Amino acid sequence: MTMVSAQKVRKSFGKNVVLNDISLEVERGEVVCILGPSGSGKSTFLRCINHLERPDGGRIVVDGETIGYRQEGNVLHELPESALTAQRRSIGMVFQRFNLFPHMTALENITCGPLWVQRAKAADVRREAAELLELVGLEEKADAYPGQLSGGQQQRVAIARALALKPKLMLFDEPTSALDPELVGEVLAVMRRLAAEGMTMIVVTHEMGFAREVSNRVIFMDGGEIVEQGPSHEVIDNPSTERARAFFAAVSH
Amino acid sequence: MQKLADQLERDADEFVIRPRRHYGRTLAAIVVGVLAVSLAGAIVTNPNFDWPTVGNYLFAQVTINGLLVTLYLTVASMLLGIVGGVLMALMSMSKNPVLRIVAWGYITVFRGIPTLVQILFWGFLGAFFPRIAVGIPFTDITFVDVPTSSLISATGAAILALGLNEVAYMAEIIRGGIRSVDQGQREAAAAMGMSPGLIMRKIILPQAMRVVIPPTGNETITVLKTSSLVSVIAGNDLMTNVQQIYSQNYKVIPLLIVASLWYLTVTVILSFFQSRIERRFGQSDAVQNTARKG
Repeated sequence: MTMVSAQKVRKSFGKNVVLNDISLEVERGEVVCILGPSGSGKSTFLRCINHLERPDGGRIVVDGETIGYRQEGNVLHELPESALTAQRRSIGMVFQRFNLFPHMTALENITCGPLWVQRAKAADVRREAAELLELVGLEEKADAYPGQLSGGQQQRVAIARALALKPKLMLFDEPTSALDPELVGEVLAVMRRLAAEGMTMIVVTHEMGFAREVSNRVIFMDGGEIVEQGPSHEVIDNPSTERARAFFAAVSH
Repeated sequence: MQKLADQLERDADEFVIRPRRHYGRTLAAIVVGVLAVSLAGAIVTNPNFDWPTVGNYLFAQVTINGLLVTLYLTVASMLLGIVGGVLMALMSMSKNPVLRIVAWGYITVFRGIPTLVQILFWGFLGAFFPRIAVGIPFTDITFVDVPTSSLISATGAAILALGLNEVAYMAEIIRGGIRSVDQGQREAAAAMGMSPGLIMRKIILPQAMRVVIPPTGNETITVLKTSSLVSVIAGNDLMTNVQQIYSQNYKVIPLLIVASLWYLTVTVILSFFQSRIERRFGQSDAVQNTARKG
C-alpha cells in the first residue's frame, strides 16, 4: 500500500532550481530518512508534501489524494483553501524550530488542533492530550508555557501536537538540528517509539545513527535530485555514488 | 613570600570603597531648582494669568461637560480606529491585489491630509453633499434620502473625522504587529489544517498584541489632544466650550489654562496606565526570548 507517491516534483525559487523532477514512493508504515547537504532541496521537498510550498510541476499523492489539486484528465485545478486545509489535517509536521504557540500552554498547544479544526468533544480531546503528553514523557508539564520548557521538551510537545490530529503521515523537518546535543536523545527516543508503533514517517535529518537504526530506507539528495536511495545500511555504509561517499565521509567524522 | 601574601590579605580586609562623587548631578539640581522657582514665581505672581478665574472655571459645569465630550470623542475615535485599523491592516496584507490597493489608497489619503482639514471636511459635509441617499446606482430607486445635516451632528462629524483618521494610523501599527509574529507560527498552524481566518484570530493576532498595545496607548493620548481641533466645527468638546466662554468674557489665558490643566491631567492618567500595560507585555517578551534559546 503506497502512502506517498511523488511524481516528477519540480520547484524553483527564481532561477534557482531547488527540486528537479523528484519522484519517490513511500509505503504505509515505512520510515524514510532524507539525507543530504544543506541546500540540497530536502526540506523544500518535505514542505511540498503538505503544500506549505507549492510545487511548480509534477504532483504529490498522499493516500490516494492529490495534494493541493483536483485532477480532471491532464488538468490540475488548484483546490480552494478549505479543501487544502482539510487535506493537511491528516499530515502531521514537526519543525526544526518547534514553532509551538507561545501564548498557549503545552496542553493547549496539543488540544487546539482537535478542538478548533476537528471540532472534537472537549472531554475526549483532554483525555487524549493527557495520553499524548504521557507518550512524550511530559505529563507534569501540561500547564507550562513553551517559554518555560527546554528545547527538547518543546520539540516533544510539538510532536504530541502533531499527533493529536491522528495523522496518517508524519513529516519531520530536521527535528533535532536546533537542539543542544544533550537534548537530541529524548526527541529521537519519541520518534523511535512512533516508528515502532507503525507510523509512516518521512524524516529530514542529519542524525546518521537514527537513520541507520530506525529508518527502512534512506534517500540521499543533492542539488535538487535524488542521487541515491536504498536500505539504510547500504546507502550510509557503502554508498555507490561519489557524491554520497564524500558526504557520508564528511558527516561521520 | 608567604608573609607578603598574608600582609596583602590583611590590608585587603581594611579596604573601604568610596562611591564616585556626582558633581554634575548636584550642579544640575541647583540650576534646575533656581530656574523652576523663578519660573513658578513669575507664573503665580503674574496678574495676567488671573488664577482666581482659573479656579472659577476649572470645575464649572460647562468645563466638565466639555471634558466628558472630549473623553467620549477620544474613546469613540479609538474604537473606530482599532476596529477599522485591524480591517485595513488585513486588507493591506491580503493576497487580493484589489484589497491591497484600496488599503494603500485609504492610508495614503487619510495620513496625507492634515487632521484639521479632515475635521473641517466632515464638519461641512453638508456643503459638499447636501443630501445623503441610499439606493441603486444609475436608477431612480432610492431607499433613504435625508439632509446631511440631520444625519451627522457636530459631534458625529468629529468622531468620523478623528476615527477615520485614526484608522490609517492604527492600520500601520497593527500591520507592524502582525509582521512581528514569526512566520513559523503561521506555517505550524497551516500544517495543522487551520484556515487562514482561524490562524489570524487565534494564533497571529494574540501574539501581535504584545507589539500593538504600547503604541496604541500612545495613539490614545495623541487623539485626546488632537480632539481639541474639533472646536473649529463647534464639536461641544472641552476646547469648544472654553473658547465659547472666553469669546464672551475675553479671559483667554485663564481659560486656556483651564483646558490645559484638564488635558494634562487626563494625559498623566493615561500615561500611568500605558506604562503599566507596557511593563506587563514586556514581561511576556522576556519569556519568549528564553523560549528562543532552544
